[in-house]
Amino acid sequence: MTQDEARAREVVEAVYRSDSRRVLATLIRLLGDFDLAEEAMHEAFATAVLRWPSDGVPDNPRAWLVSAGRFKAIDGIRRRARFDASLHRLVEQFDREEAGPSVGDDDTVEDDQLRLIFTCCHPALPPEGQIALTLREVCGLTTEEIARAFLAPAPTVAQRIVRAKSKIRDARIPYQIPARAELSDRLDAVLRVVYLVFNEGYSASAGASVTRHDLSAEAIRLGRLVVELLPEPEAIGLLALMLLHESRRDTRTSPEGDLVLLADQDRSRWDRARIAEGSALVQRALASRRFGPYTLQAAIAAVHAEAPAAEDTDWGQIVGLYEVLLRVEPSPVVELNRAAAVAMRDGPAAGLALVDAILARGDLGQYYLAHSARADLCRRLGQTEEARASYRRALELTRQEPERRFLERRLRELGSEPVSRG
Amino acid sequence: MRYLCLIYDDESTVSAMPPGASDAFMQEYFSFTDAIRKSGHYLGGEALQPVSTATTVRVRNGRTATTDGPFAETKEQLGGFYLIEARDLNDAIQVAARIPSARMGSVEVRPIMEFDRP
Repeated sequence: MTQDEARAREVVEAVYRSDSRRVLATLIRLLGDFDLAEEAMHEAFATAVLRWPSDGVPDNPRAWLVSAGRFKAIDGIRRRARFDASLHRLVEQFDREEAGPSVGDDDTVEDDQLRLIFTCCHPALPPEGQIALTLREVCGLTTEEIARAFLAPAPTVAQRIVRAKSKIRDARIPYQIPARAELSDRLDAVLRVVYLVFNEGYSASAGASVTRHDLSAEAIRLGRLVVELLPEPEAIGLLALMLLHESRRDTRTSPEGDLVLLADQDRSRWDRARIAEGSALVQRALASRRFGPYTLQAAIAAVHAEAPAAEDTDWGQIVGLYEVLLRVEPSPVVELNRAAAVAMRDGPAAGLALVDAILARGDLGQYYLAHSARADLCRRLGQTEEARASYRRALELTRQEPERRFLERRLRELGSEPVSRG
Repeated sequence: MRYLCLIYDDESTVSAMPPGASDAFMQEYFSFTDAIRKSGHYLGGEALQPVSTATTVRVRNGRTATTDGPFAETKEQLGGFYLIEARDLNDAIQVAARIPSARMGSVEVRPIMEFDRP
């Protein structure tokens, strides 16, 4: 390989990393088919490797790749149409159409990426199909990478992708940005996919979780892309929420893999850059006055992140934010969180009354955190027997190993205290 | 592309409506049907008699077996349908969301299979 060839190959690789998803998004619009577009994109890059060393790198590599991909695909269909009459109509259609809106036009390219995101996250696709397709087509992860991250067999993931693509084709899910009237619902679906990907990476415990950490990073990258393309308040709020959670990642577990509660985390190890970025995004989303649950959760996370020490936490503000959140999106889990914040503001007795009221309604009877929160409040009130019973109930309900160890530790701590004062 | 919108309702809820409410509901259906005729979506549509009138037919080994009732007993029953012409699934979903029963029951949207016939 000559030096020029080596340099051209490097350029092709760099363009592949930076722009292959955008090239793909535009090719899907032009060709109207995911598989055809993917094949065309790979052929375009293969052609670039052959041609750029001698012809030089084009001024607009992305536009060049889109045209090359489109040409290759149509050429291929034309050849196949000689043997397959059903393709004639497709060839005629391509011949009628010009390349559509200019392929180098940045607005159109951005729109193509949004089209791709909305299509992959279409609510008519099953949720696991939305996630797999988004990671595959928008983020460019391989099927094997997705399978490893979700601890699923690769053929299962491959099948989810194939099924999702078939439904897009057979039910004719359009490649479009939703109309204004639908935008809010459809954006919710996109944000749900992003947050599911994030949580899948975030909730994994330390140890065998290297690839799952990547999943959170991928979700943040995806969240950034959505904000860049469509700066809606809730998209901004979700990005803030993910950054603020991520800022504490390294302090959430001890080196032994045990859970470390928020109050006990080493705040000097929180990632200040992520906190600053997250807090600024929260302000921006709140200023819109059109914010929703993601922004409110991010605001709560920001109040925690900004407290220099656990005892400096502004619990009054946190209770207030939970109350707004309850109005926007009523849920027993949010009620439970509010009760825990009330306990910090007004004392454990006030919190316990609220937790008991929630449990009495039966909503969270199977939720281990409700019992573990109750146990903690009883412990603080010196009601050791009650605390012990609730920790045991919580232990029965949890499946994650670090949570089990945490609850067992708490039970042991209680065991060393004098028995039953309450 | 053609889509079939299958309307599932809980028959007992619908039949328990007071006369005023059920008249208003019917009226809503009439105006919805008029609206999708005008917009060009409407290809056809019917309401069905209750599932108590249903008969299920199977032919096994050349013998016809007839049973009383619908194919499957469910909480919501197929109560009617519209056959519509829509640009794509998003267009079809928007039409389906305007079917009055969508608010109480559910509407299943199914693309029609097109065959290339010589």
